[in-house]
Amino acid sequence: MNHFEVFGLPRRLGIDAARLQERFYELSRRWHPDFHAAARPEARARALEESARVNAAYRTLRDPIARVEYLVRLEQGRETREGAVVKPQAPPELLEEMFEIQEALAEARAGGLDDTARKTLATQRERLQARMGEEEARIVGPLSAAWDAAGPGERAAILAALEQALATRAYLRTVIEDLEQAVEGAGGEAG
Amino acid sequence: MSERPRIIGIDLGTTNSLVAYVDDRTGLPRVIPDEQGRRLLPSVVAFTPDGVVVGEAARRQLVRRPGSTVYSVKRFMGRGYDDVKDELKYFPFVVRPADGIVRLEVGGREVTPPEVSAVILRALKDRAERHFGHPVEQAVITVPAYFNDSQRQATRDAGRIAGLDVVRIVNEPTAASLAYGLQRLKEGLIAVYDLGGGTFDISILRVKDGIFEVLATNGDTHLGGDDFDRVIMLWLLEDVQAQHHRELACRPVDLARDNEAMQELRLAAEAAKIRLSGELRTTLTIPFEDFTYSREIARTEIERLIEPLVQKTLGPCRQALRDAGLRPAEVDEVVLVGGSTRVPLVRRRVQELFGRAPHSQLDPDEVVALGAAVQAQILAGGITDMLLLDVTPLSLGIETLGGVVSVLIPRNTTIPTSAREMFTTSVDGQTVVDMHVLQGERELAKDCRSLARFELRGIDPMPAGMPKIEVAFLIDASGILQVTARELRTGKAASIEVKPTYGLTEADVGRMVEESFQYAEADVEARMLIEVRNEADTVMTHVRRALRQAGDLVAADERERIAAALAALEAARAGEDRDLIRERTTALNRATEHLAEVMMDSALRGALGTRRAAEIMGEAGEGGTPPSRKDA
Repeated sequence: MNHFEVFGLPRRLGIDAARLQERFYELSRRWHPDFHAAARPEARARALEESARVNAAYRTLRDPIARVEYLVRLEQGRETREGAVVKPQAPPELLEEMFEIQEALAEARAGGLDDTARKTLATQRERLQARMGEEEARIVGPLSAAWDAAGPGERAAILAALEQALATRAYLRTVIEDLEQAVEGAGGEAG
Repeated sequence: MSERPRIIGIDLGTTNSLVAYVDDRTGLPRVIPDEQGRRLLPSVVAFTPDGVVVGEAARRQLVRRPGSTVYSVKRFMGRGYDDVKDELKYFPFVVRPADGIVRLEVGGREVTPPEVSAVILRALKDRAERHFGHPVEQAVITVPAYFNDSQRQATRDAGRIAGLDVVRIVNEPTAASLAYGLQRLKEGLIAVYDLGGGTFDISILRVKDGIFEVLATNGDTHLGGDDFDRVIMLWLLEDVQAQHHRELACRPVDLARDNEAMQELRLAAEAAKIRLSGELRTTLTIPFEDFTYSREIARTEIERLIEPLVQKTLGPCRQALRDAGLRPAEVDEVVLVGGSTRVPLVRRRVQELFGRAPHSQLDPDEVVALGAAVQAQILAGGITDMLLLDVTPLSLGIETLGGVVSVLIPRNTTIPTSAREMFTTSVDGQTVVDMHVLQGERELAKDCRSLARFELRGIDPMPAGMPKIEVAFLIDASGILQVTARELRTGKAASIEVKPTYGLTEADVGRMVEESFQYAEADVEARMLIEVRNEADTVMTHVRRALRQAGDLVAADERERIAAALAALEAARAGEDRDLIRERTTALNRATEHLAEVMMDSALRGALGTRRAAEIMGEAGEGGTPPSRKDA
């Protein structure tokens, strides 16, 4: 049973958050082990399993990005995780800037980072954060809507676009984390 | 007696422990007192030649038998030697590394932290059984929300050793929210700030339609009132050394290495902290072997000392808010739990962070036990309109190539929950696969908490990469991990051997359960005799010291009267007549009342100049003063 089926939902990305929470509470009242503590061992095991399933499904579906990641895996028949399959990819329009950032990061790791360089990195981090925000908005907005509206013939293309967007986001996230470390690490040494 | 099984709720605290249940008639949780009406059981266990003593009687031995009296054992639960070695110098008992866990060397024997906790749990179980008049076998036990898997396992092991089936481990702040929920909580977003004796937790919950959904939790399992006491104690130590350097120069042992003296200082630090939570100034008097230390302390002085510790609680609060996706101002109510939230500085800082006054209508010492009782009643089927949805506090992952952790279940995931991961072999014909399971938020395995190593065995020999082994990780409603695996091609379950990194093996626990029956505490009669004897010993120690130190301040006939009362008590203590021992203890106390007053007066004259001792007798009477006090 996949996460959508647990909540009795079609494989669509547009999900009403309030309705999802309501349904989550209903399912929790039905399956939470607290209400089966005095039952026979098999019934207790069943409750534990169902409740774990409900919680895992809710965790994934309530977060719009995790929901897309899951849908992509599900559509590709990789429901059980096997590490990251799609390699994080740099957004093409940022390739040149990324090159500079990587250079600055290497410098920071080597220990040489003056105030100006740190300020530049901080500015770059902010820009990348904004760029990641845009990518996320695109994923949960137009791309998700496109998936929900697509007929069977269009799905493969949209799925590929979603996968690409997720890879871009994953890449940005890694670089932002590296920048954070470099900026804060250097700040710590200075202080 | 009800037809439902009786499940008790236990708060196994760093400093104090309690047991509670829900009264079927009123539907409200109640703390079960002991025969003397005391509600808190000090979490102190003394290993004496006469047997094991727990609670108040053990607490009174802290100074006299520092090496064999264990306190704050919760700090050692589920911990390895490296986790605790930095703070060992503050503990008077010997702690040794032992195969992933630690052992305490007390009173000529070695015990593990779960065995010590089991003594406390057994005392609470006895207390409940006396109250109900029938055996109790099941319990809900609370732990700090930020406890990891090993610490939870250790708590459950302690329950088993005490003869209790621990039907659920519940997080302390969420238990507290249940107690509030039953009595007075509005719906909305709640922050529970729980600062106890040794641990700190912050939990953010959404309460709606009887569902208590934890959104995020954070904390520090090594931060609490004990740490406040410690910084105050070290400051006092410096001051004693400065004020009394001449007397100290004649002592054979350095004050800082004198376990008894350090225990006196620790208890005095605690007493000062408690008094300064209510008052702005207090006078502290500590009798030592050969002199008496006395000084006035202002609340601001203590606040300066503990400020960095209080600040340390705010980081986890901010992180929990971030994880819940909330700004501080969005929280509707802030609830304070744990004895250390009585400290005014703590309240001020919490109020500043959330921008609203926190509340603590329910006794912060009792609220967790009351909540545990509510959870017990839910499990017993007695409450059906409340449900707690708690989360796992730490991310769970496995070590992958290069020592990097791959997260399977992120922190703040609602439990129970499960995750699956596919494994395969890397060498042709490989039949065993190793797995290293970790808990923590860091990227590298070496920076996370190692939980266990698993070996998947019996894989059919195949070319590398061919086997597909699906491993399922399940975190149950107590926050404890279970792992199962199966090979997908053959469908057969792979056998898993678990090697817990920290903690007792199944065999260890089995043996301890048996031993605990063998060494089962002496019956109630014997234990009560031990308690009165201990009380007598404590009083006699104080009196002997007082006579040595200040005997010449009173007349010869008074000295003789005291000596006679002392001898009478000594004689009674050798026998087994409890009432006689108690009677003569009281008599000795009464005989020394005047001496105690004279000593206090003289100490205070030294410390305070002209201020009359009687004016401050009230404040100075608490804590480590001589045993007798002026009758009101």
